[in-house]
Amino acid sequence: MDPVIVETVQEALDRFQNKEVYIHLETTNGAYASHKDEAFFSSGAYIRNAKVVYERAKITGNGPFRTGLKIPFGWVYAEGITHFEIDSKERLLLAGHDFQGKLAVALEISETPFE
Amino acid sequence: MEKERHVLVVFPHPDDESFGVSGTIASHVNMGTPVTYACLTLGEMGRNMGNPPFATRETLPAIRTHELKEAVRVIGISDLRMLGYRDKTVEFEDPDKLTKQISEMIDELNPSLIISFYPGYSVHPDHEATGEAVVRAVGMLPEAKRPKLECIAFSNNTIEELGQPDIVHDISAVADTKLDAIRAHRSQTELMVAEMAVKLKEKDPQTLAWLNIERFWTYKF
Ligand SMILES: [Zn+2]
Repeated sequence: MDPVIVETVQEALDRFQNKEVYIHLETTNGAYASHKDEAFFSSGAYIRNAKVVYERAKITGNGPFRTGLKIPFGWVYAEGITHFEIDSKERLLLAGHDFQGKLAVALEISETPFE
Repeated sequence: MEKERHVLVVFPHPDDESFGVSGTIASHVNMGTPVTYACLTLGEMGRNMGNPPFATRETLPAIRTHELKEAVRVIGISDLRMLGYRDKTVEFEDPDKLTKQISEMIDELNPSLIISFYPGYSVHPDHEATGEAVVRAVGMLPEAKRPKLECIAFSNNTIEELGQPDIVHDISAVADTKLDAIRAHRSQTELMVAEMAVKLKEKDPQTLAWLNIERFWTYKF
């Protein structure tokens, strides 16, 4: 993955506009967080292969970045995005890595379901 | 360490077999004992991607499969079975299905020893669900026919509630194999291994104990 280049990511987001796409959205602080620090509240969520059509999308901020996809009755949102990749399957992979380099958030968009 | 007929190892994540148990497994291998490792998931939801990141959420499964096969080769495990569950979802699957899969492996392999996680004391929900399924499968056998079940436990309440481990192996003779197995899981361990190497060079007693001593609790039915 490479550090976010806003223009490149924005172009990729725009390519999926008004198309049926599959979303992987994830946030996590790891299953061991509360084990290592009992005062730490561990939480996380993911949704894999949710099918949506968005009418607009934007990546913004000074880095780490925020991304919002406007869907017919709501939004898809991710913050803390640091890296991106357009992979060999033309999927847009956005990820936020924390100060130790660990994945903290991911938002991925594809025209075909993720495996 | 007693010579076993066959050892069955059941863990949910690639790298579970390398931390805390690979010395013991390698010692069994060196005695000529066949070892089967059933690994439930591919650790698809791991958070370590390399720093700078060389893995993505989508490439991680293939990378970790490759790393797992390399670790298994290093340890000398002859029979690797990847059961095809998905990381972080084991506890949501039909418990009978997983129990049945483990029962079938016990029938097929007739192990004298099974190694897994101690339910209630293994922190990650996948570890707990795996340990529970193993306990159910072994518990269904008549007492006289049960293989030994030796478990890893590392939750913060382990010693308080389970007491000291009843099985302690000094694996320093195969410590290099263990380090190579841990290293094989590069995407997950690269940073940690670098820190560890420094401490080992300084002969830090805590790190040496962490590496050389493997501890198990015999499951009490
Ligand atoms: Zn694990």
